[in-house]
Amino acid sequence: MLRTILRRFGFAAFTIVFVSGVVFVSVEALPGDVCTAFFQRYAQGPRLERCIEEQGLKNPAIERYALWISGAFQGDLGTSLKKRRPISDLLAERFRNTVLLASAAAAIGIPLALVFGFWAGVRRDKPADLVVSTVAMLAMTIPEFVTASVLMFVFAISLNWFPAVTIVPPTASIADLLPNIILPVVVLAFVMTAHILRMTRASVIEVMTSDFIQMARLKGVPPRQLFWRHLAPSALIPAVNVIALTIAWLLGGVVIIEQVFNYPGVGNLMLQAIYDRDLPLVQAIALIFAMIYIVANLLADIAMVILDPRIRTAKETR
Amino acid sequence: MTIASVNVRPRSGSAVSGFWPVLRRMVSRPSGAIGLGLTLFNVVVAIAAPLLTSYDPATPNADTINLAPSFEHWMGTDSLGRDVYTRVIYGGQLAMMVTACAVAIAVTWGGLVGILLGVIGGRTDEIAMRFVDAMLSIPWLLFLLLMVSIIGGGAWIVVPILGFFYGISIIRISRAAALQVSARDFVTAARARGESLWAVVTREVFPNVADILLVEGAMQWSWMLLAFSSLSFLGFGAAPPTPDWGLMIASERSLLAIAPWSVLWPCFALSTLIVGINLTADALGKALGVDRAREKPT
Repeated sequence: MLRTILRRFGFAAFTIVFVSGVVFVSVEALPGDVCTAFFQRYAQGPRLERCIEEQGLKNPAIERYALWISGAFQGDLGTSLKKRRPISDLLAERFRNTVLLASAAAAIGIPLALVFGFWAGVRRDKPADLVVSTVAMLAMTIPEFVTASVLMFVFAISLNWFPAVTIVPPTASIADLLPNIILPVVVLAFVMTAHILRMTRASVIEVMTSDFIQMARLKGVPPRQLFWRHLAPSALIPAVNVIALTIAWLLGGVVIIEQVFNYPGVGNLMLQAIYDRDLPLVQAIALIFAMIYIVANLLADIAMVILDPRIRTAKETR
Repeated sequence: MTIASVNVRPRSGSAVSGFWPVLRRMVSRPSGAIGLGLTLFNVVVAIAAPLLTSYDPATPNADTINLAPSFEHWMGTDSLGRDVYTRVIYGGQLAMMVTACAVAIAVTWGGLVGILLGVIGGRTDEIAMRFVDAMLSIPWLLFLLLMVSIIGGGAWIVVPILGFFYGISIIRISRAAALQVSARDFVTAARARGESLWAVVTREVFPNVADILLVEGAMQWSWMLLAFSSLSFLGFGAAPPTPDWGLMIASERSLLAIAPWSVLWPCFALSTLIVGINLTADALGKALGVDRAREKPT
């Protein structure tokens, strides 16, 4: 078990190095550098030289990569070209807002997904399952900005229940943010629920058709006990994994939802940075998002190893 | 992981083959019939668009700004006075072409690399798969946005980016399928005959994983449409004045309160296409006996 966990750690470390390498090298491969990309056709004279000086572009790429990564682990992500402020400060004020959005969506989405996922899985191919699965399929395939636009039209414009776009600054208090957060949370929770639900349903169906459930049924275990003692624990383990992955995976969706509602979060900041051609800021946010994803993945893997006796006691295959 | 545990295709007896039997099996379920209907409808409308309207999708008209739906403009007009119906029926053309090209790239390179890895196996395969897994741990939109911020946006510029990124998840699928196939006797026989690696890949393994690649390609098409329209929405895909659903929604969104028809119709059209392709891919998978129930979309 310890070896399995250590291997997961090793893979996570490798992934962080690899992904940060991709983020770094893809910018290096650009003709010119981040300063010429930023100033475009005004890239000349003292302004350019000062920028090159500030970003330390005279050093060799390997050295800059090492500095960038070691800085990132110490909370120093460099300086934004456009906003001329440390990136860590910019991120700090936005990060809270995105976490608020994501955690509210998770608090609604996860219980909903588990309940409906189990419900649909147990009633496989019955009308209840068809309705739930269809709604989940729609939520997954229809782009977030479409769902968001339609909900905005119905609830913000036609019914006038919530504000359509956020007009408070990033540093507003949570109480000020709350009315603005409802619609984005609903959209995010909708998509999140759909992903987790689908996986939970698949996992319930798999367990339902397994030998030990058949055996328990033949033995005459009452349905309630069958569900709680036999079905739920086995079906929940893959779900734990998917929940972590989904939440992290939806970080991508957060970018779009924040843009639609003009919500002052990290995703919104990233898009601004792209529009401003502020590559150091783009790189920093991409790195942070990827790291969150990798760490969530690692935690989910470890949880799996600890929760699942089959993995816990399994002999190493390699 | 042992070879036996990679179970991409349970040998269910329900699978059929041949074009017409597969098609018949697909439309035998309501979801497959709806999916195929929606997809075909969208493709036909996009191709026949010039015949279905008398307006031009790109030319602004100052006299007809934000008109409500009427007999002349039965989906209304947008903020530049263009007919929304015209723009909606033209709006899928670019997205479908761009994503179809990207799917072709993704399936070709992902399928080829995956099959090669599955056939070669061993250390090469193991190391390569670590990189594949690492690449897949980058959330899709972040990767696309990073690339777009470096290379720049544009409908055709994103084709290789989409093709490359979505090909990576195809590597996994085709490798797992190829691993399963290459453990079977006829592949061993071909190897024993001294067939070249290329011959084994193209003549022995590929025909046996082609159906999996087809289903996967169809499914990736729907995710790519989602990705491309998201990029268009964010301003990195189609450029104005091209009629494109994602772009239309983005540019008319601020007038949602005044002229909702110019946002809601493209929303509706885009949803029908993506949902249609998704259902079609699902039905295709079921008809061919390819199980893809337990996969996350990438």
